[in-house]
Amino acid sequence: MDPVMRMQGVSVSFDGREVIGGMDMTLPVGEITCLMGPSGCGKTTALKLASGLLKPDKGRIELLGKVIGPETQEDELVEVRKELGVVFQGGALFDSLSVGQNIAFPLKYCREIEDPESISKMVLDMLEHVELEDVRDKYPAMLSGGMRKRVAIARSLVHSPSLLLLDEPTTGLDPVTARHIDQLVVDLCGEFGFTALVVTHDIVSALGIGDTLLLMHEGRIAWRGIPVEWERSDHPMVKSFAQGMVSVGRTGGEKM
Amino acid sequence: MNLLSWIGRQAIELFSTLGFFFIVGLKAFTGIFSGTWSREDLFEQLERVGVGSVLVVSITSAFTGMVLAVQTLDQFVRFGATGYIGGVIALSMVREMSPVLTGLVVSGRIGAAMAAEIGSMKVTEQIDALRTFGLDPHVFVGVPRLLAGLVMLPVLTLFSFVIGITGGFLYVAAHGVNAHLFRRSVEALLAPSDIYGGLLKAAVFGVLIVVSACGQGFMAGQGARGVGTATTKAVVWGNMLILVFNYVLSSLLFGGIKG
Repeated sequence: MDPVMRMQGVSVSFDGREVIGGMDMTLPVGEITCLMGPSGCGKTTALKLASGLLKPDKGRIELLGKVIGPETQEDELVEVRKELGVVFQGGALFDSLSVGQNIAFPLKYCREIEDPESISKMVLDMLEHVELEDVRDKYPAMLSGGMRKRVAIARSLVHSPSLLLLDEPTTGLDPVTARHIDQLVVDLCGEFGFTALVVTHDIVSALGIGDTLLLMHEGRIAWRGIPVEWERSDHPMVKSFAQGMVSVGRTGGEKM
Repeated sequence: MNLLSWIGRQAIELFSTLGFFFIVGLKAFTGIFSGTWSREDLFEQLERVGVGSVLVVSITSAFTGMVLAVQTLDQFVRFGATGYIGGVIALSMVREMSPVLTGLVVSGRIGAAMAAEIGSMKVTEQIDALRTFGLDPHVFVGVPRLLAGLVMLPVLTLFSFVIGITGGFLYVAAHGVNAHLFRRSVEALLAPSDIYGGLLKAAVFGVLIVVSACGQGFMAGQGARGVGTATTKAVVWGNMLILVFNYVLSSLLFGGIKG
């Protein structure tokens, strides 16, 4: 089966600085792929490329059968984008709309459903999945960080996208809420069979939910494998990233 | 050399900003008929631009009409031209003061708010979120605001005509000018073309305010500072464009010597 998204030799520069350089990445159907790496290594840029929000300066991206290259025009991507569900780092919920209206948004504009009863039923159903039935009429500003993330996940899934892209879904959340979000992603992807790309620097999260792990370093994929291989890997980048995460906790513990 | 490069940079920024405003305006205009935008948002924008500005436009217009009367009454009485004062106040309000003042007031009030809102949407990735739903943000965000500016500025200006002329009348009436004389003077000097011209100017100003506000919002840099700068620039650009286009439109509509 063809992968949902395939990047080949993709490069992107901002202000003369190469942020992504010759990147190759494939998202197999029905799998959760976790893209890890330290801050500033180009993870979010890679996600924006995978979602067609950015065009590559070099190379090509096959996204749901549509080829995206440097010359691709914005209006050529309209239909393919309707098949995506994107969860942005801060949620990107529309401030002026209630939670219910936010979740209804892709139903109206991606699936062009006009019947208010059908929309209401689907919104309630999705709110039940993320265990937020009682916040439908609240506004994003009235929700906690974890609730906003769950609403953003609900909004990204309600129109049954072919590819789910999550940018740092657990960043800024306490460990309990972060694991709750991880479980939600695994459950929903399992239930609906979504293909997902999760961008994160949270190793615990990636090892918990990822079928495939990718480690980015300076705009390139430095390592790829499955969670078991990660734990056994002697790759210097893997060790450096994993130890960097652990040593911070150990130092703090010793001081206590 | 430094001065030359500074002038060059400013010229490039000026033309690139104007070019971006043109693109934003063009996309919004074409998007009215062919794009996807929210009817609910249109009603909200009509309310924000129109109803929300009535009080401030009323106060500005009433006092401007009264100041016009203060400045002209003594001169007209001295030259025995009291019979023209109503018409002169009405002409000043209808041709110039009402459209320009309404434009400047709405630019400060609504232009700033629109730029801040769109800038915040950009910073918090809501604009990117719109794109992931297959929507063109210039159309989805721009069309309701453009239509609100296009419709509500003339409505507010019409309101300003009435309030301003009434304000002027109250002052001159308090100083002994006959109401009948004032009304006859207005009827004699004010032609329907003056009213249409004033309303046309207001519609153009509405478009300019929205285009500069949306343009600056979409161009906003990162963080609170980026949004703040976009807000300031939206008001400055909106006001500058109103004053420049006011001269151009006044020259075209009312300029020259008419026998």
